[in-house]
Amino acid sequence: MPNGAGDTSTTTGLRVGVLALQGAFEAHQERLIEIGVDAPLIRTPLDLETVDAVVLPGGESTTMSRLLTTSGLFDALEDRFAEGMPVFGTCAGMILCAADVLDGRSDQRGFDLIDLTVRRNGYGRQLESFESDINVAGLDEPFHAVFIRAPFVERIGDDVEILASLDGVAVLVRNQRCTVAAFHPELTNDVRLHEIFVSSLKTSH
Amino acid sequence: MTKGRSTGTFPVKRGLAEMMKGGVIMDVVTAEQAKIAEDAGAVAVMALERVPADIRRDGGVARMSDPEMIEGIKAAVSIPVMAKVRIGHFVEAQIIQALGVDFIDESEVLTPADEAHHIDKFAFDVPFVCGATNLGEALRRISEGAAMIRSKGEAGTGNVVEAVRHLRSIIGDMKRLTMADEPELFDWAKKLQAPLPLVQEIAETGKLPVPLFCAGGLATPADAALAMQLGAESVFVGSGIFKSDDPSPRAKAIVEATTHFNDADILAKVSRGLGAPMTGIAMDEINQRYAERGW
Repeated sequence: MPNGAGDTSTTTGLRVGVLALQGAFEAHQERLIEIGVDAPLIRTPLDLETVDAVVLPGGESTTMSRLLTTSGLFDALEDRFAEGMPVFGTCAGMILCAADVLDGRSDQRGFDLIDLTVRRNGYGRQLESFESDINVAGLDEPFHAVFIRAPFVERIGDDVEILASLDGVAVLVRNQRCTVAAFHPELTNDVRLHEIFVSSLKTSH
Repeated sequence: MTKGRSTGTFPVKRGLAEMMKGGVIMDVVTAEQAKIAEDAGAVAVMALERVPADIRRDGGVARMSDPEMIEGIKAAVSIPVMAKVRIGHFVEAQIIQALGVDFIDESEVLTPADEAHHIDKFAFDVPFVCGATNLGEALRRISEGAAMIRSKGEAGTGNVVEAVRHLRSIIGDMKRLTMADEPELFDWAKKLQAPLPLVQEIAETGKLPVPLFCAGGLATPADAALAMQLGAESVFVGSGIFKSDDPSPRAKAIVEATTHFNDADILAKVSRGLGAPMTGIAMDEINQRYAERGW
């Protein structure tokens, strides 16, 4: 597996919490630990207090939206995001961060952190799920991306930077505080995207 | 150069199973129940004509559900939809795949169609989940292409005792494998009737190469949290929700309990005032053990 930029040999002193209400949170935790980041699981507002940034993992966005409300984490996260806490969202996490969601549930809540319109399950059902190499800005070698009932980016705001596209559709984008992927970088043993996110924390830390 | 898109690969199948971790998959028999399940926070619904408790009561041959009924449920919700086929009935699986269902359960709850062979699950693009009572059975299913394993428990009983037995058996043997040396692994592979490379992989990692979920007899939030604390990564709840007095609050409580399985204060809070759970049956009162189906 190719190893990207950034010093991963020592611990970084950073704490990146992984939202652990439902979904592929353990895989994210493993990737972060691999690159020397302390990665506590977040299930209650108390868990959130000591982290520098947060990962919103893949899973079912409707399930997470409900559990965010019942756990009190929705408001707690919203407060931290308002203070500028950085976030990395993948798949369902992208849906939670997007300004506008199509084909969501009417009661589905989101954080409105990045000016995107995404269509939930926009690539189709599981039979249309796929894997593909993608070229990511700043990486020399392609990244192997797994798309599972992925959100489809239909519109991108002016202040959003595209880091990767597939067949003309953005799949990895970011703004100042928010990086989101339509696919699952946590499902491959390739830590380069986690490294890109973590190195952006070091520069703003 | 980048490679193009590939669908139906094992990582793509396993990927959907990964996304369901820490969640609850609920059995539903109508579109209305499917909506209640989605509202409650289910990560997926299992579309079937009768829940296992009714299959048990009615007897007779239990088969794949009517495609029309499955399509009605698919149209009603936005979360993944699963459907069951009989063990070894690869034509039922072809039909379910053609319907665009997201996951197939090759299930012992239905009457087996083949007494020696399970479905070749690599031949399909849709992912499969299979039941297992022990590690050998789990590894045989994985070697046939299953992307998710669920401990079988005893479906339709509302009794968690068999689910606990099967989870403990699978996880206990995985722990023992991590302590075995190489010559012992040959013997383990023989005893488990499982492929040696899979046995060696588990000795290395201590876990299955696909997610391990728990099914069969879960009826309360405490049952779900018990399965999670024992090492399950998600739970299936069949009869336990829609055979209870008040399905919607129970479904929501089981979702909360599966997420906060280690937090007794939250478990105490969500377990209050749910009405009566399904009555349930003791193991010595049943004449057909579904868990014995599968080879």
